[in-house]
This record gives sequence, structure tokens and C-alpha cells, in this order.
Amino acid sequence: MPTEEKIELPKDLLEFIAKWKDKQGNLIMILHKTQEHYGYIPRAAAIELAKLLDVPLAKVYGVITFYHFFKLKKPGKNIISVCMGTACYIKGAGDLMAECETLLGCGVNCTTDDEEFSLQGVRCVGCCGLAPLITVGGEVYGKLTPDALPAIIAKYRSK
Amino acid sequence: MAVKNFILVCGGTACESSKGDEIFKALLKSAQKHGVQDDVQIIKTGCFGFCEKGPIVKVLPEEAFYVEVTPEDGEEIIAETIVKGRLVDRLVYKDAEKSKSNSEKIKFYQKQYRVVLRNCGLINPEDIEEYIARDGYLALEKCLTGELTPEDVINHLKISGLRGRGGAGFPTWLKWNFSKNVAADQKYVVCNADEGDPGAYMDRSTCEGDPHSIIEAMAIAGYTCGANQGFIYIRAEYPLAIERLNIAIEQAKDAGLLGKNILGSNFDFDLEIRLGAGAFVCGEETALLASIEGKRGMPIPKPPFPAVKGLWGKPSIINNVETFANIPVILTKGGEWYKSIGTEGSPGTKVFALTGQIENSGLVEVPMGTTLRDIVFDIGGGIKGGRKFKAVQTGGPSGGVITEQFLDTPIDFDTLTSIGSMMGSGGMIVMSEDDCIVDVTKFYLEFCVEESCGKCSPCRIGTKKMHEILEKITSGKGEMSDIQKLKDIGKAMKTASLCGLGQTAANPVLSTLKYFEEEYLEHIQDGKCRAGKCKDLMQYKIIEEKCIGCTVCARKCPVNCIVGERKTPHFINQDKCVKCGACYEACKFDAITIS
Repeated sequence: MPTEEKIELPKDLLEFIAKWKDKQGNLIMILHKTQEHYGYIPRAAAIELAKLLDVPLAKVYGVITFYHFFKLKKPGKNIISVCMGTACYIKGAGDLMAECETLLGCGVNCTTDDEEFSLQGVRCVGCCGLAPLITVGGEVYGKLTPDALPAIIAKYRSK
Repeated sequence: MAVKNFILVCGGTACESSKGDEIFKALLKSAQKHGVQDDVQIIKTGCFGFCEKGPIVKVLPEEAFYVEVTPEDGEEIIAETIVKGRLVDRLVYKDAEKSKSNSEKIKFYQKQYRVVLRNCGLINPEDIEEYIARDGYLALEKCLTGELTPEDVINHLKISGLRGRGGAGFPTWLKWNFSKNVAADQKYVVCNADEGDPGAYMDRSTCEGDPHSIIEAMAIAGYTCGANQGFIYIRAEYPLAIERLNIAIEQAKDAGLLGKNILGSNFDFDLEIRLGAGAFVCGEETALLASIEGKRGMPIPKPPFPAVKGLWGKPSIINNVETFANIPVILTKGGEWYKSIGTEGSPGTKVFALTGQIENSGLVEVPMGTTLRDIVFDIGGGIKGGRKFKAVQTGGPSGGVITEQFLDTPIDFDTLTSIGSMMGSGGMIVMSEDDCIVDVTKFYLEFCVEESCGKCSPCRIGTKKMHEILEKITSGKGEMSDIQKLKDIGKAMKTASLCGLGQTAANPVLSTLKYFEEEYLEHIQDGKCRAGKCKDLMQYKIIEEKCIGCTVCARKCPVNCIVGERKTPHFINQDKCVKCGACYEACKFDAITIS
């Protein structure tokens, strides 16, 4: 069997775990905190969590894979989220997504080769008044047409 | 010196995303600069609802309603409106007739009646004092001082006729009463803020704009049923709402309104936030409870209902955000008062997220029984770009369409069900003639395929099969037998699925088949999509008479499917065409049509 890589969990995460360890139903909250730190849930971290919380690794993975929010792969430096809520969809989110794919040269839920960008579709950001929209690292760009995308992406591409 | 003016800056997610916070800071800075910081109080509030025109800034007492404000406008608002008492004309909202409106006269608000959103856009949600000043925590106080016994609370809710706003419309008093009458050592109160319907954001706005109303109602629920622990289950995708709820919980604890011996009584109640992680099925109450327990969010059969056996096997009241937000005001003003709003079978108001092809998209709250015509045409200002109304989709992926013939039907829980849609949580997507009904239905099914938890086969397989059939139809490969197949699968899913998701996932298909069967048939028999949304059914054609043979289109075509000699009309080889539209955009002579 291949040996698993070891990981040292950061101090604030360990403190968070200590605080939540005895609370019922803590796993999802701890996974959120873990993803907040790493941007995804590294396998080595999942193994550590299973040990610390004394739950089977299968259960940890069962939960991670059930919920869309948790990622198993490291995302790119900038995450481009195209809102695929209904309001955005009927106002042309599909075209925005297609244009993003062309511009970035990567598909949905993938990361560009240079690890600069990840592209994902999200379910309703809740800014339907701004439809159709994308978010890049928390910044919202609303009422978009595909021709506005190159400039937005260029803004985030490192020089 | 007393404050002369109030400036309210919208701090809802949509406005905040359009630099609401920078506007707020710019206003503060300019007020300092002009030395008027003591004359004016600048407040960041919850959502005004008029998201179409955001970011919004309102100045009181002038009732000046400024729209699409930028941080750069902050200086002018202070210098003109506050210092000189003049309006900034270019920022004032102008309605369709181009007449300037102050906030009291804006048509968008005329037919609205704000009960749930009573404090949104009015108070600073991060300040408990402002909530208290609007009779906040009065109902809880009445409970804890003995003025309202648990029986009184149930009675008020019963008289009010409040029905759960999460979608199904179950009477709230009944739910509470079940839980109250079960003997248990531990009970829970749960708030469902896992607003998963794509295209709905009522609950997010309530959490952001008036978080204390939820906290107060949950404490009252705890008092009524004998629970001392509450959980708010909220989507992780709503960071601002989570932040405001957290602030509110801390403030309520500091003020002795949460925690041990609340208001000196012997009632304890604590509240914790639990985050969802992007699973639509967790809006179903048993799945939601599983998720709070830290497990995969899969539903279990009911009964037993959660009110009897819920979180960790204990009696649990689960209500959604909007239901809770109604409760403090019902108890302060009385059940009779609430009953007088709305319709006989569905008292009160309903908040809708009005979006899609509409002039004024935003958050609207209307008395139950308001007609769709009032909502779409009066409040919403009609269809965007003067296009023709086609339908409104309510109830999201579980609902159906309402067509033109029902525009004058008063909307409440029962009428919507009788016309084949449902109230749902309050998403209201307006579609125009430019939208393809089959395409939108496919969109909902795609959503359900992804969100089906996979536990029961009618839902897991049914959604997938239906989606495949719709995919077939929209790509021009549909067969006549597909229509019957869709109906059969839909019926099976309705009867055999385990939870609400599967039982209702076929609704968009069944409802659109009922009202728009001819559009399905057009796709299948004529290979035509009248809205031009289904790309595979589109054909680009060159009009011979108009084509001068400039060759621009042929050079732009990425697959070289346009042929023709220079200075003679060109032709598109339909077999090779990928429908990218490059030729259409490149032609300067309008010689290319889409059919």
C-alpha cells in the first residue's frame, strides 16, 4: 500500500476542532473551516480529521462528496463562478459560460493549466437583479454580455 | 444637536456587490468634509427590494430616492441634499413616464404591503437598538412576563391562519402544537435558511436586513414548545447573511435576550448557526436535520414527523425564515390583525423574488390574493423591452408555469396548486416570448438531476430519463412517443418518490406540457424553436437578393461551410454549419436570417 502523505493542520484549525470536537454534528462545520484554509479538502487533511474526530475516513469522504460546496481538487488562483440560477439562465448565463470556456481554454469545474483560473457554475448567488452575472474571487460582475468577459479576465491574469 | 437627516444606504447583497459599502464610506467622508456629520445619520440598511435600480440611497425626511448611485455621487448627495436641501436631479428615480418620483409615490412600492420586510431597508441590521425601537423583542417580552402563555401563542397563530412559507403551506400553529404536546427531555427549534431554489433570495434578504426578527421568533418558538436550543441552517453561499446573523446573535446574548434566564425569567434559549454546503435536497426537512447532524443530507420517510421525532430523535420545530419573520409581529398586533390581510385560506403576505424578463426585478411583498397582473405589470413594470408576456414560473424546480389566462387569478397557496403550479418559497421567474419553454424546463430538470440525492430510484432515474428526453427534443431528435413517456415518468415520480424533491421534480414538465404542448410538438414535428433558443433547431440562411457576395461571412465561418463566388450570392451548407452565428454578426447587409 502506498504511504499517505502527512500534513500538519494549521493552529487555528486545530483550535477550531478542539472547540467543536464534543459538539454533535460537527463534521460539516469542521470541513468548512478546513476548506476555508486550504481552498479545498486535501486528502491528507481528511485523513487527519478522521483521526482527530474518531470517525471512519469513509464517512468523511461520504460527506465531502455529497455536498457540492466541498472541493477535492486544488482550485486555481482565481475562481470564476458563472451564476446558473434560473434568472441568470434565461438572461443568457449559458452564453457567458461558453465564452468563459473559450477564453480560458478549460471546461466547467476545471482549472487552467497555469493554475491561474478555475471555472465553475454556481446555483443562484442571490443577486437576480444583476442577472446574468459572474463572480471572481468574491467580486460580482452583473448585467454582463459575453463581450465584457475578456476585459474582466484580463484584470485577474497575473502579469 | 439633533439629527436633521437620515441617509439610508442599501446594504443587501446585490447593492453591496455594486459598491454599496464604498458609497456608504464616501457619504461618511463627505459629511465630515462639509462638517455636517452631526446633522445627518448615515445608515446601512437591509435590502430595499428594488434591486433592478441598485445601489439605492434614500434620504429622509425628504423621501429622496436615489438610484444607481456610485461612490463618486456621495459627495454631491451630501453637498446638495444635506447641506443645501436640494435634490440631485440626475440620481432621482424616474418612472416609465419619466416623471420624477419620491419614494412614497414609486409604482414599484404602491401595491406592496410589508410585514415580513417591515424593517428591511429601514433599520441598521447590525444594531439591536434599532430593532428594539421598532417594537422588536416586545413579543418575546410579553411571553416571558407571562402576558402571553404558550397556549396564547398557539392561539394567536391559530387565529392568524399563518401557513408555513417554505412552500407546502402547512399551518404553523399545528406544527408548534404537535411539538408542544410531546413530552421529551430535549426539544429543538430549527430555522430553515437553506434557500436552494435558484432564482429566489427572499430569505437571504430577510436574514441580511432583519436578523433579529428570526432570532426573536425562534426564542418564542422555544418558549412555546419547551425547547432551549435552536439552530439556524443557512447556505454557506450567503456570507453576508451569515455575518449579520452572527452579529445579531452576539448582540442578543449581550442584551440578555438569548442565553440563560432571559429577561430575568427562568427560560433559557441558545442559538447556533450551522452551515449548509450546497445541496438543494437539504431544504427538505428530514434531509436538513441529517445535515445538521453532520451527515449526508438524505431524507427519511415521514411519519414520524420532525415535530415529534426530529433532530437527534428529539421533537423539533422546523420553519423557514419567512414564517419566523412573521411571528413577532403577529404576536404584537394579534392574530386577528394578521387574519385581516390576504385571503381566507391564506392570510398574510408573501414575499416574491421577481426576476427574469421583467423591467423592475426585485423583492416584492404583497398581500396574498394579489393577482399576477398586479405583480408583473404594476409592480414589475411589465416585460423587459416591451416584449410579449409568455408565462411566470413559480415554485422553482418544484413548481410550474402560470400562463396569460391566469393573470387575473388571485394568488395564494390553494389557487396556485389548483392551476398546476405551487407557491414554493417565492421565486417568480417571468418569461417572455423570447424564452423557449422546453429549454427552461430542461434547465430545471438538469438542476434536479444534479440535486437528486440518489436514495430512491423514482427520483434518481426519473429525473435523468426525463432530462434525456428533453435533451432529445431540444436537439431536434424528439419523437411523438416522447410526450407520453414524459407524462408517464412524471406520474410515477410523483407517486413513488420518497421526498418532496422527487415528488415535485416532474412538475415543471407536467405543467408546461399542459399549457404549452404545442411548443413541444413544434420542436418534435416541425423541428422549430419559436423562441430561437434551441441552437440545434436554428438555421442560418442567406437571403439571395440581399447578398452582394462580399465574402466576409465565408471568411469568418470557422468551419468553412459558406460557399459562393465573389460578387455572387453565397450559400450555407446546413450539414456542416455549427450555428455559431459568426456569419450573422459579420454580415453588414442584413442578408443572413435565423429561422
